[in-house]
Amino acid sequence: MKVLVGIKRVIDYNVRVQINREGTDVVKEGVKMSINPFDEIAVEAALRIREAGQADEVIVATIGPGAAQQQLRTALAMGADRAILLETDREIQPLAAARALMKLVEKEQPGLVLLGKQAIDDDANQVGQMLAAQWDRPQATFISGLDLSDGKLKAVREVDAGLETVEVSLPAVLTVDLRLNEPRFVKMPDIMKAKRKPLETIAFDSIGIDMPPQLENLGYEAPPKRSGGVRVDSVEALVAALNDKGVL
Amino acid sequence: MATVLLLAEHDGETLNVSTARAMRCAMALGEVDVVVLGAGTDGVAEQASRLEGARRVLHVDRPENAHPVAAVMAPQLASLASEYDVLLAPSSTFGRDILPRVAALLGVPQISDIMEVIDERTFKRPIYAGNVITTVRVPGDCKIIGTARIASFAAVAGAQAPAAVESIQVEADLPTDTVWIGLEASGGDRPDLQSANRVVAGGRGIGSKENFDLIFRLADRLGAAVGASRAAVDAGYVPNDMQIGQTGKIIAPDLYIAFGISGAIQHMTGIKDAGVIVAINKDGEAPIFEAADIGLVGDLFQILPELEKALGD
Ligand SMILES: Cc1cc2nc3c(=O)[nH]c(=O)nc-3n(C[C@H](O)[C@H](O)[C@H](O)COP(=O)(O)OP(=O)(O)OC[C@H]3O[C@@H](n4cnc5c(N)ncnc54)[C@H](O)[C@@H]3O)c2cc1C
Repeated sequence: MKVLVGIKRVIDYNVRVQINREGTDVVKEGVKMSINPFDEIAVEAALRIREAGQADEVIVATIGPGAAQQQLRTALAMGADRAILLETDREIQPLAAARALMKLVEKEQPGLVLLGKQAIDDDANQVGQMLAAQWDRPQATFISGLDLSDGKLKAVREVDAGLETVEVSLPAVLTVDLRLNEPRFVKMPDIMKAKRKPLETIAFDSIGIDMPPQLENLGYEAPPKRSGGVRVDSVEALVAALNDKGVL
Repeated sequence: MATVLLLAEHDGETLNVSTARAMRCAMALGEVDVVVLGAGTDGVAEQASRLEGARRVLHVDRPENAHPVAAVMAPQLASLASEYDVLLAPSSTFGRDILPRVAALLGVPQISDIMEVIDERTFKRPIYAGNVITTVRVPGDCKIIGTARIASFAAVAGAQAPAAVESIQVEADLPTDTVWIGLEASGGDRPDLQSANRVVAGGRGIGSKENFDLIFRLADRLGAAVGASRAAVDAGYVPNDMQIGQTGKIIAPDLYIAFGISGAIQHMTGIKDAGVIVAINKDGEAPIFEAADIGLVGDLFQILPELEKALGD
């Protein structure tokens, strides 16, 4: 079985994101870029499935600019077998991304597709569900546990009410939550080895998807700032301040 | 006027308050029908019919709808949505799971986490863990599909003269290759985190599962719900459904008290709609103090019992 993992190049989660002066985008120049943290967990999950002997190949794919090769190389260094870049400088929103991934699914015929539950840039939380719909296959979203045997997969999902368990037949799409695993650290020799692993670049515009409508972006703004509050120095003063605010 | 179909969230017996909040958003977009997908859910449909703003309730009652399985519910919603200009759901794990699947079936983009309706096609939504707000417009004559960020909308009342409830059948092929096995709810008698007026939360600073009892005791004294940072959940102090933040719950209580939480951006995005934020942390430089209305620097193990006592009198 092949496992296909979708990853996205995003601004690193430790960066304090700034809006540009025109309010048309966030500042990306000179800013640290990384694999979306959720996607890194998806890569790790795929590697563990392969290491358990339940898959024989892990393919990582991304949609993005040429520079996204860096993130693919990182995933290869983690242990993925090969990588595919669907290259474009355009903004590709979730539905178009799902259609593009569907093309890769048709080509590669994976038994499992793993994605992060959301990307920490647009926070959309859509691509996995949309891919599952296109493919007409089961989905298990926001998972923090998985157990694979006999072509069935049991997944534990983190939902608002607690932990939900579902069983899906394969092939299926999984979107992963942060508590599924802790991604391994990449070691220097792995980085060297990853340079020799296959990385295929395909022009996004050549894969022939029916380009869906995309949301029009009218601008970016900073959220309203909470005005600074007061410091108190004792529990009595705290209780008095709470009474002042009328919240007790 | 646009017609809106609002997907109701429920647990088989009770309508989730997320529905009443999403209704506020739906009403800003047009005339609202509520759809209840369930099995043996007359009671839920009745509750939905009393929601202010509900013109009609569509009740699709069939055994396949006993649990919220996206692959089963999405085709039904795609079919029902054809008669509406807008399909809306709460941005809870329920809505986030199902709605993109419907959007893909209909071939239209989805607006996630609508926090403000600017006009019938234009919306504000948070990105980058709430550090940036973007305004987006749905192009052309696309159907509008979106999830409403629950903390951004006050719940409508649930006491109107009941709207008509129509039991309907939906033509759709429903897959059987997803089996719902179970839900392990931590639940309990405490107030629900997402609707509570007061929330007391603990972070890594609490140090252990046992120590979290201090948080629970104060919460009980205040009639508050209990929340946690991701670090506290990861460490196993409390279950996942208590996590607040970008990847947990987004809450908007009148009062939020955080003990031993540093205030990472991913946490703060979950509480920035709170009325009064109180931070207790031994590190005076912790970023949470930048957003706190009331800050107290000190050892939480000393402050928690003192505060509990002070509130007891
Ligand atoms: C993609 C992504 C998504 C994330 N999503 C979330 C999310 O949804 N929610 C979330 O909360 N986090 C989330 N995080 C994690 C977030 O970045 C922080 O790591 C986390 O919030 C830290 O939790 P904490 O404040 O409890 O722990 P720490 O940052 O370790 O802070 C502990 C605090 O406790 C204080 N303290 C310790 N002992 C005491 C004492 N005795 N008395 C008083 N104070 C004390 C310390 O001074 C410190 O400030 C996410 C991270 C990533 C990368």
